[in-house]
Amino acid sequence: MFDQIDLTKLIFGRLTWEAIPYHEPILIATFAAVVLGGIALLGALTYFRLWGYLWREWFTSIDHKKIGIMYIILALVMLLRGFADAIMMRIQQAWAFGDSAGYLPPDHYDQIFTAHGVIMIFFVAMPLVTGIMNYVVPLQIGARDVAFPFLNNFSFWMTTSGAVLVMVSLFIGEFAKTGWLAYPPLAGIDKSPGVGVDYYIWALQIAGVGTLLSGVNLLVTIVKMRAPGMTMMKMPVFTWTALCTNVLIVAAFPVLTAVLAMLTLDRYLGTNFFTEDLGGNAMMYINLIWIWGHPEVYILILPAFGVFSEIVSTYSGKRLFGYASMVYATVVITVLSYLVWLHHFFTMGSGASVNSFFGITTMIISIPTGAKVFNWLFTMYRGRIRFDVPMLWTVGFMVTFVIGGMTGVLLAVPPADFVLHNSLFLIAHFHNVIIGGVLFGMLAAITYWFPKAFGFKLDPFWGKVSFWFWLTGFYFAFMPLYVLGLMGVTRRMSQFDDPSLQIWFQVAAFGAVLIAIGIAAFLIQLVVSFMRRESLRDETGDPWDGRTLEWSTSSPPPAYNFAFTPRVHDLDAWWQMKQHGYKRPESGFLPIHMPKNTGAGIILAGISTVLGFALIWHMWLLAGVSFLGLLVVAIGHTFNYNRDYHIPVEEVVRVEAERTRVLANHG
Amino acid sequence: MVDTTQTQQAQGQPLQFYETEEHHPQTGTMLGFWLYLMSDCLIFASLFATYGVLGRSYAGGPTGAELFDLPLVAMNTALLLLSSITYGFAMLEMQKNRVRGTIGWLLITGLFGVGFLSLELYEFAHLIHVGAGPQTSAFLTSFFALVGTHGLHVFFGIVWLVTLCFQLRKHGLIPENKRRVACLSMFWHFLDVVWIGVFTFVYLMGVLV
Repeated sequence: MFDQIDLTKLIFGRLTWEAIPYHEPILIATFAAVVLGGIALLGALTYFRLWGYLWREWFTSIDHKKIGIMYIILALVMLLRGFADAIMMRIQQAWAFGDSAGYLPPDHYDQIFTAHGVIMIFFVAMPLVTGIMNYVVPLQIGARDVAFPFLNNFSFWMTTSGAVLVMVSLFIGEFAKTGWLAYPPLAGIDKSPGVGVDYYIWALQIAGVGTLLSGVNLLVTIVKMRAPGMTMMKMPVFTWTALCTNVLIVAAFPVLTAVLAMLTLDRYLGTNFFTEDLGGNAMMYINLIWIWGHPEVYILILPAFGVFSEIVSTYSGKRLFGYASMVYATVVITVLSYLVWLHHFFTMGSGASVNSFFGITTMIISIPTGAKVFNWLFTMYRGRIRFDVPMLWTVGFMVTFVIGGMTGVLLAVPPADFVLHNSLFLIAHFHNVIIGGVLFGMLAAITYWFPKAFGFKLDPFWGKVSFWFWLTGFYFAFMPLYVLGLMGVTRRMSQFDDPSLQIWFQVAAFGAVLIAIGIAAFLIQLVVSFMRRESLRDETGDPWDGRTLEWSTSSPPPAYNFAFTPRVHDLDAWWQMKQHGYKRPESGFLPIHMPKNTGAGIILAGISTVLGFALIWHMWLLAGVSFLGLLVVAIGHTFNYNRDYHIPVEEVVRVEAERTRVLANHG
Repeated sequence: MVDTTQTQQAQGQPLQFYETEEHHPQTGTMLGFWLYLMSDCLIFASLFATYGVLGRSYAGGPTGAELFDLPLVAMNTALLLLSSITYGFAMLEMQKNRVRGTIGWLLITGLFGVGFLSLELYEFAHLIHVGAGPQTSAFLTSFFALVGTHGLHVFFGIVWLVTLCFQLRKHGLIPENKRRVACLSMFWHFLDVVWIGVFTFVYLMGVLV
């Protein structure tokens, strides 16, 4: 009898039928939709016999271009989930006044705001940034792939594995109700005994492995694999920002790993890092997590700055104004981002001198950032500006981001922060910089590099619709939150008493609807562009009259990117090549040495997902087995020495002859 | 940037915009592994910082001065430092292209590592036995986390070392294997450096009252 109970516990841990939220109609409806959609998708893949193709050409691919595209697909899928959370919160807050409790019980509402934050940062913004860097950086520096192609594939699947765990929490068990950083003691085992925080921890730990490795990978790629002649100060600005971002990743994510591991020990073994008794100190967690968390926001924004720099100079038809100052500003921001973490909790009470130090360092960051804004403006000044969609995003960014930056400087003043701490003013501020900065930047980047990746441009009409709805939607959704914050409304509330506040929340909900239309327009844009791809075709490989090396190769580029490694003489390498009447080589090709595809990455990440799930539910038997499996597969992979091959010269000749033909036809 | 263009043009040569020979970029494995080690170092930095904050929060429980057995720790330190020396011998053998010597010294290094881990486990078991387990106080929590994380690294270092010995036997000292031996060498010495920090900061300073 007892043996049986123990065996069930050993196998299933805490998992019982109770964990399936069948009493929540919203979740059941979502689940039904996901299952039906999933069956339709899997059925279609089987019907069109796409499994083999996907496995061989995508899932096991170690081509940085394909991995970059997969990152962006992951991010767009997760954006829909994160935005669904957002609009649910907006509806709840516009509705739940006075006698009305809205439609979301607090227990559910708390999970939604936590999931929204976690998903938007870790599984939307991060994959977008990593995906764009993965796609663009090797092409910009004239390389054929990244330094560690297998690790790149593995990193992607680990990120996906984390995303899968977050999605699973929707239907099996629950997600954390703690806010996106899971502060103890609330996230400790006493206050949060359920599986929610454990989903949070393991999803982030698994995705964090991927992020760290991709950081190391891109860093080494940029340092070691630049084309001959490309000195540091001839690197395109986007590559510079990617370099700084990856420095930040390598130097910040280990702290997240460590602090989450400590929280894990507190929850699983009953240790006392952050508990309220036996000497634990919860503020240690809050310090450590922000030592990661503040650099994290610069990890996201720096590549966006790089994107805007590329776009502004391309569409102004001018060399970027103040390249060197742009580089120095980026580096200064990189360093300063480590010296400001305490401004997230001035209210901790560390005293006037400490708070002043962190307030001042925070304000100093606005100087290099301001320099960047002026550089972009001066680049546009007397330029021949083309207002294509990427340029619209850029101008929208410059206006919006400056407002967000100014409210940031306001919050950097400790006495002001004591009033505004944890208010909706703060929420408005960081959405202002993250949407206006990171998101606009990544949407601009997708529009800008889409023709490079797929060989046809995105339809500009739907792009403009998307831009205008996003922009106006943003202002409608977040300006009211500034007002509410100044009136003293705190964040993470699911119901309100004061009816005079309701109108502001209703305006914000209206803004969220506008943003929903913006997202829909973006998706329509993808479909319309695909249907009209023949008329939007880019045959030159250089649809925007670009300046950097990625535009010198075909769209989409061949697997090997460049038949001959480029030699660089100027910052705007491709621009200079065009000025000098560069003739594309049409003979003398050589076989090209390339890495081979491997399934090890997706298999390892799959086992990691199982391991994470087992640990969340305390299924110790499954956890042990999957951990051993992980070890065996990882070690087994190191016994594979046969990792590369040569693309035969005939293949290179064939691909390049085809390009010659296309270019000749184009005229 | 303008300079190269101008000088080359002044000399009347047209600019060459691509390499006609096969281009071999530098291998980045060593740099990549270094970067990984530095990121690992930050995990230890976080644990050290936590120990720095919580290391005197005894919560009425035992202190380091009461618990630490310095002769045992000295023995342990000696084992680990010796293992670094023997790893150095393995590297020397590798440079002389002697597979058997390399494997031999690697195995000796691994034995020292096993010895180190055994003593550490003995110490942990003893502490838990006398009621000074990781749940007792924040001091012991942060102590077990820091020292245990180092021990876990040594454990995985040994797993790696054994794997590598099989690979050396199978393929000999081919360039891939040489690179791997060199990476493990950096890993192993890195753990030594961390241990010196643990030894000084946790044990020596811990027994000072």
